[in-house]
Amino acid sequence: MAREENVTTTKPRQVSLADAEGTRGKELSRVRAQRSLWGNAWRQFRKHRLAMAGMVVFVVFLLAVFLGPLFYNEEVNAPFEYETSQGPSLDHVMGTDSLGQDLLARIFFGGRISLSVGLVAALVAISIGTLIGAIAGFFGGFADSMLMRFTDLFISLPTLPLLLLITFLFRDSMVNFFDEKFNKGNFGVFFLIVLVIGCLAWMPTARLVRASFLSVKEKEFVEAARSIGATQGSLITKHILPNVLSPIIVAATLQVGAAIITESSLSFLGLGFPSDVPTWGQMLFAAKDYLPINMWEAIFPGTMIFLTVLSINYMGDGLRDALDPRKSS
Amino acid sequence: MGRYLIRRGLVSVITLLAVSAIIYFIIFLAPGDPLGQLATNPNVPPEVRARIREQWGLNDPWYIQYWKWAEAYFLHFNWGESLTARVPVKEYLLDRVPVTLWISGTAYLLGIAIAIPVGAISAIKQYSWFDNVATTFAFIGFSIPTFFSGLLLIIIFSIKLGWLPFVYDSTVSGLWPILRQSIMPITVLTLFSAAQLTRFVRASMLETINQDFVRTARAKGLKERRVIISHAMRNAMIPVVTIIAVQVPFVVGGAIITEQIFRIPGIGRALIDALLAKDVPVIMAITFGISILVVLFNVVADILYAVLDPRIKYQ
Repeated sequence: MAREENVTTTKPRQVSLADAEGTRGKELSRVRAQRSLWGNAWRQFRKHRLAMAGMVVFVVFLLAVFLGPLFYNEEVNAPFEYETSQGPSLDHVMGTDSLGQDLLARIFFGGRISLSVGLVAALVAISIGTLIGAIAGFFGGFADSMLMRFTDLFISLPTLPLLLLITFLFRDSMVNFFDEKFNKGNFGVFFLIVLVIGCLAWMPTARLVRASFLSVKEKEFVEAARSIGATQGSLITKHILPNVLSPIIVAATLQVGAAIITESSLSFLGLGFPSDVPTWGQMLFAAKDYLPINMWEAIFPGTMIFLTVLSINYMGDGLRDALDPRKSS
Repeated sequence: MGRYLIRRGLVSVITLLAVSAIIYFIIFLAPGDPLGQLATNPNVPPEVRARIREQWGLNDPWYIQYWKWAEAYFLHFNWGESLTARVPVKEYLLDRVPVTLWISGTAYLLGIAIAIPVGAISAIKQYSWFDNVATTFAFIGFSIPTFFSGLLLIIIFSIKLGWLPFVYDSTVSGLWPILRQSIMPITVLTLFSAAQLTRFVRASMLETINQDFVRTARAKGLKERRVIISHAMRNAMIPVVTIIAVQVPFVVGGAIITEQIFRIPGIGRALIDALLAKDVPVIMAITFGISILVVLFNVVADILYAVLDPRIKYQ
């Protein structure tokens, strides 16, 4: 079954012929519009059933956490005094936590933060990695060896302990700073966590981008662009970068999942967001001491983290297959 | 090889010095007075405070302070004393190493023992039901955060079934009681490392299995068993062995969360406790210890690569 699928994916020409024959009656005279590169990738991606399922789940979660509060009207930090640690019921769809706060409302709220942290931290990591990898790969020589030494140094850093250390040491002063400047102290925690996760996760991307740049910059079309006087900036951004996007996109997708897990780990250890900001990891941190009383308090946020990361990883897998030129040509 | 090792050794030492400077700098930059309570205690007269500052060298710029610290740390192995436990850091940590090694080490070895056969069979029978089940499990295994799988095991086996204790008690003795309380943490870590490694073994094996020398081995009329084990596997394992070496330090990193869930008194839990208590000497020793492992095992991986793969030569 799966093998059959693979055969058709490796021979797209056959498929398109069959398509053309199907519509022969109607549009015999018209030449079929040429398929774009991204169109091809999308067709390939759609065949990966688990990746499609992952995308659906991820989009549903994204819509739910951002639009859910419009339909489900409960306060995030308002305790129901006589309804602590309850299981799921009609009043509280996912039950309540040990303080009697509605869990579903907190899942929505926390989801917005967890997903935003994942997306922004991945963006930070990918941007730094792409920048460093592109410069090292394109210019080579001294810049390359210096930047790669720098990358090696960062790889030798103990990631999790350092993350814990930095968030722990700088969290309070960031909160105070953002509280004074913007009157939004928790935004300081967000800023700090996103920055630290991003700054400790860019190294694999940098190596990947550098390797791709090294091979693409020797290609004839780059030589051609150079010969008609393209500047170095436009060579990098217009000619080479679009051709190394595929591995970057795959890395970025997987990075989102990894960043969500990292943020949850921090919050789970009590060193991430404070308790009035219920991210999914923070909810698990609060739930772990009340497991015998109300296990749902742990099961719901944990399942959300798990399903989100699983769907992202499947999407990454599908993207890898769809964007791999060895597979589609 | 000899010259290569010397160069690698030098680079490693420089890297470690840089890492220690970074960690030192982060702690140095952090807000808060290193004098701690002394700085705010109104009973301590200002001139006494100034004298302590002078004595501790707190008026020097950070690089001088770093230099003094590094000299004591690396040349005299003076790692200081834990601020909370009031014992030398070395003693404090050595007490905790065996538990971490037992839990995380066992889990890592089990993970390897599961991943190699499962990944290899998965690749040999690509798209079979075995492969489908194994890849799905691997995906789930590395998508589920260890803190959630740990809590799930506690819910099922401690709370619902009541079979296993969920708090690790280091005072118990006897083989069965120790095993019983280790089952859940070891399972959590095994699941994670097995999942990661299985995907790697499968990918490496898939790449090898389609190469010409494997076809040649078959064409020579060798038995399938022999083709797989002594021709395909031998080559597919080269990158796997190096990744196993590179991942060793992350075993300690992974222990941080698991030890917190099951309250295991190991290195990972010591780090969290030290962070919450601002016990700088302990924080420093653990973070830096993990960096040493990272650098060391990277060198080990490179050497293994050269030893295992005769095509690779180092100058």
